[in-house]
Amino acid sequence: MLLREVQYVRPESLAEAVRLLGEYEDARALAGGQSLTNAMKQRVGSPEVVVDLADLTELRRIERAADGSLELGAMVTYAQLVVSPEVAATHPVIGEVAAQIADVQVRNRGTLGGNVCWNDPTNHFPPLLAALEARFTIVGPEGERIVAAEEFFVGVFMTAVGPGELLAKVTIPAAGGTGTGFASVTVGRDGTCIVNAAACVNGGAPRVAIGCVAGTPVRAAAMEQALSGGDLAADAVRAAARGLGETLDPPSDVHATADYRRHLAEILAARAVLQAAERAR
Amino acid sequence: MEAGSVPAVSRAVSVVVNGEAYEREVDARRLLVHFLRDELDLTGTHVGCDTGNCGACTILVDGEAVKSCMLLAVQADGVEITTVEGLEEDGILSPLQQAFSEHHALQCGYCTPGMLVSATYLLNNNSEPTEDEIRKALQGNICRCTGYVNIIGAVQAVVKGEVSA
Repeated sequence: MLLREVQYVRPESLAEAVRLLGEYEDARALAGGQSLTNAMKQRVGSPEVVVDLADLTELRRIERAADGSLELGAMVTYAQLVVSPEVAATHPVIGEVAAQIADVQVRNRGTLGGNVCWNDPTNHFPPLLAALEARFTIVGPEGERIVAAEEFFVGVFMTAVGPGELLAKVTIPAAGGTGTGFASVTVGRDGTCIVNAAACVNGGAPRVAIGCVAGTPVRAAAMEQALSGGDLAADAVRAAARGLGETLDPPSDVHATADYRRHLAEILAARAVLQAAERAR
Repeated sequence: MEAGSVPAVSRAVSVVVNGEAYEREVDARRLLVHFLRDELDLTGTHVGCDTGNCGACTILVDGEAVKSCMLLAVQADGVEITTVEGLEEDGILSPLQQAFSEHHALQCGYCTPGMLVSATYLLNNNSEPTEDEIRKALQGNICRCTGYVNIIGAVQAVVKGEVSA
């Protein structure tokens, strides 16, 4: 397909990328392009300028910080996450979820930063990163700022990354004996997600986040509260999940009714917590 | 200011395709698949869905399988590309191509270039894949004729060394 005319630039440094994003109105950062290119084809997004981040090698790093946290550059691809020994050692669930995204070709190009900045509510990473209490480092003309997942995901296709800003990295706090679980129901294997759920267990109350039921990941507060005593036996977890569906207001669409999504949310939240509890042992 | 840092509607692209170096001034809005087909006349790479789903346009970029309808041609500046035309050597089909022929791994043939490139990528990285691994590796390539059975069989034949020379 022939795209609308667009200007292209490939900066060599993060500072230059931020300058370009600020200088040109309607400039968009281009990461792996597995969502933006389609949006440009459909004309739902027609930026005047695309700023290709391909040469910013500092955004492709996966590192363990001194405090044990895991730092994932925004340009890290799903394929990198799947094979990373650092990810496998600290948060294997991140590699497992990356391996479920689309297909080999998309995983070779698609990036973590692109995934979360696009914030398609059917993506797997938003609820997972919410449950992991990830922090997002956003770089802009005024310097760096770090926001929590609750502030980062703003709405359907919207995040805290403003005009002239760029997501540089995602930081996952130290695992420290935590277990993380993830469960989803998709259309076909690894297809469009209907509902997903992620859970993180670390001694006290588990953190549970549900995706695909709203514009942003939804924390299952009542379920977290019900499990705060630390009893994560299967019966207790399933009992705690009961009623979660009623607290949600998911959409009905061609893939599932709202009621089916409410039902799935309870089932998947329980599965995610049980997997997390198993791994925390 | 350096030349690369000013946004422009076109860009000089240097790219090596199937071992041959090309330099072209390319519109930023041109998709890589159209650049390969229309400017380099490498029409083996097919346009199927043009939405990144079907995999008919799969090529290798620096050795990695990608969908060429999901990249701008300007993003390919400085890379090495292999298309389906680059799989044979001096007129001799690659073992995978030969196996596709012997196992009737195609009917209409539209998906075949993408299937071959994805299967080549798999075998480059895993010389003894299981059937599950083959299926997972070809998940991004849709075939509406064969039901996949003969495609899987062709890849397995190469793994087992059962391809006539």
